[in-house]
Amino acid sequence: MQHTHSKLKLRTKSVLTGWSFVLLAVILIFVFYFYPMLQALILSFQTGTGGNLTFTGFDNYSRLLSDQTFLVSVKNTFIYLLVQVPLMIILALFISVLLNDSKLRFKGFYRTAIFLPCVTSLVAYSVVFKYLFAGNGLVNTLLLKLHLVSAPIEWITDPFWAKITIIIAITWRWTGYNMIFYLSALQNIDHSIYEAARIDGASASRQFFGITVPLLKPIILFTSITSTIGTLQLFDEVMNITKGGPGNATQTISQYIYNLSFKYSADFGYAATVSYSIVIMIALLSVIQFKVAGDKNG
Amino acid sequence: MAKSKRFFMYLFLSIAAIVSIFPFLWMVVSSTNQSVDVTRGRLLPGNYLLENLRKLLDTTDLQLSLMNSAKISVTTTLLALLIASLAGYGFEVFRSRSKDIVFNILLLSMMIPFAALMIPLYRMFGQISSVFPWMGIDTMTSVILPTVTTAFLIFFFRQSTKMFPKELLEAGRMDGLSELGIFLRIYLPTMKTTYAAGAIITFMSSWNNYLWPLIVLQTPQTKTMPLLISTLGSGYAPDYGMIMIAIVIGTIPTALVFFVMQKQFVAGMIGSVK
Repeated sequence: MQHTHSKLKLRTKSVLTGWSFVLLAVILIFVFYFYPMLQALILSFQTGTGGNLTFTGFDNYSRLLSDQTFLVSVKNTFIYLLVQVPLMIILALFISVLLNDSKLRFKGFYRTAIFLPCVTSLVAYSVVFKYLFAGNGLVNTLLLKLHLVSAPIEWITDPFWAKITIIIAITWRWTGYNMIFYLSALQNIDHSIYEAARIDGASASRQFFGITVPLLKPIILFTSITSTIGTLQLFDEVMNITKGGPGNATQTISQYIYNLSFKYSADFGYAATVSYSIVIMIALLSVIQFKVAGDKNG
Repeated sequence: MAKSKRFFMYLFLSIAAIVSIFPFLWMVVSSTNQSVDVTRGRLLPGNYLLENLRKLLDTTDLQLSLMNSAKISVTTTLLALLIASLAGYGFEVFRSRSKDIVFNILLLSMMIPFAALMIPLYRMFGQISSVFPWMGIDTMTSVILPTVTTAFLIFFFRQSTKMFPKELLEAGRMDGLSELGIFLRIYLPTMKTTYAAGAIITFMSSWNNYLWPLIVLQTPQTKTMPLLISTLGSGYAPDYGMIMIAIVIGTIPTALVFFVMQKQFVAGMIGSVK
């Protein structure tokens, strides 16, 4: 009896010690993530400027659907998403497969060089890109000197090229980051699988699609979800390269939320509604990405 | 493999490497040139570095911004490591069903976009400002608090704790160490590389943070490096040489951290997905 009693006390003590280790982190995450998340939901049903907010039901949500600026921001964000994320993932995969070749020389140099963009801050590299792609910037100068174009490209001031500039910039910054994940996963694949495939006469592309891609699927899923979440929240680059312009041609949803809250007449309620559109998109896209990966697995 | 295939492989990788490095080189070279030469596309180093630096020091409060960034990043990193490693250790060593549920709920916070948090957080700190001005809007605390705990770092420490030899735990208990004593005297020194990787990840993201400081830091006295660089770049008649030296200086801390601890950084990122 005495024995079980002390054992119980010991268990309670261990449970309490366990909680004391994690408590601070749990509190902070609830206070700075889940509580504001709930606040944003409540705010999204309110309208007014600054602190004077009143409940107006679903008004903000119906306003979303007829708000041209919002729709353009969503469209822009999805263009970035659909073009940039697949492009970057394919590029990163391709580079990592090349770098995984056992006979490749200067491996360390290539890896470090391609990863290097990740050490820059988003703001710093955005400003550098803004000048590189300026009308009289270095990129145009080089293109003209090489006679690849006959007139300078309006990288920043043309709605189409401005989007391309943003896409080039994000791809430059994040390809190396994704490459590192693929490289580490590739190093865990047993070489004998490839040997066997080669003996069976499988071409390099068949090996890539038949072995590499299926084995890397969990990592590809991971990187595509993180990249999707990142792109849906795109802000720093657009803010510092084009300021959302020309017009609203490059504006993203995050930037629109920023403008609604801190640039125009602080409409926190509506801004919160717009922010919830990102929450819903992330949730939906993640479910879809899991489904797609899951189906192919089964 | 065929010779031509090899050739294209090296060609492709070399182009990728050049494209990756070029903006860096251009930024460094431009910081040594006059503004007009930068626009003319001069690719050779000049001797205007010191003049650009002097102009930067004259027109901005560079030292102040550097200090602000350093204070915020170092404090964030130390606190983040302490909080996340305690939690990661706690979740892995003292496992229970209820704790696993809580852990999974914490992971959900990784899916929450910052865009959805920024307005409520801004209002929260606005309210705090009227009660405790020292931790409200425009203070270091307001920048640090919302970014100091991430589910990612907790997850990272929990994953790494799986590798921690549990015999050491038992040995510590036998020696009569308290649970906190075991954590501080045995776990912490054994997991040095995990801490190093966590430090790099946190320091880099804190040093480079832009949107939240942009919202919450409102006076020139609290400006951080990304805010300084951003305002320099938005002028109508930018002095390119001067802006480039600011960008170079702003990039040095994270580049240094990366090069000094490259191995841990890569290992850390990889450890987090395994």
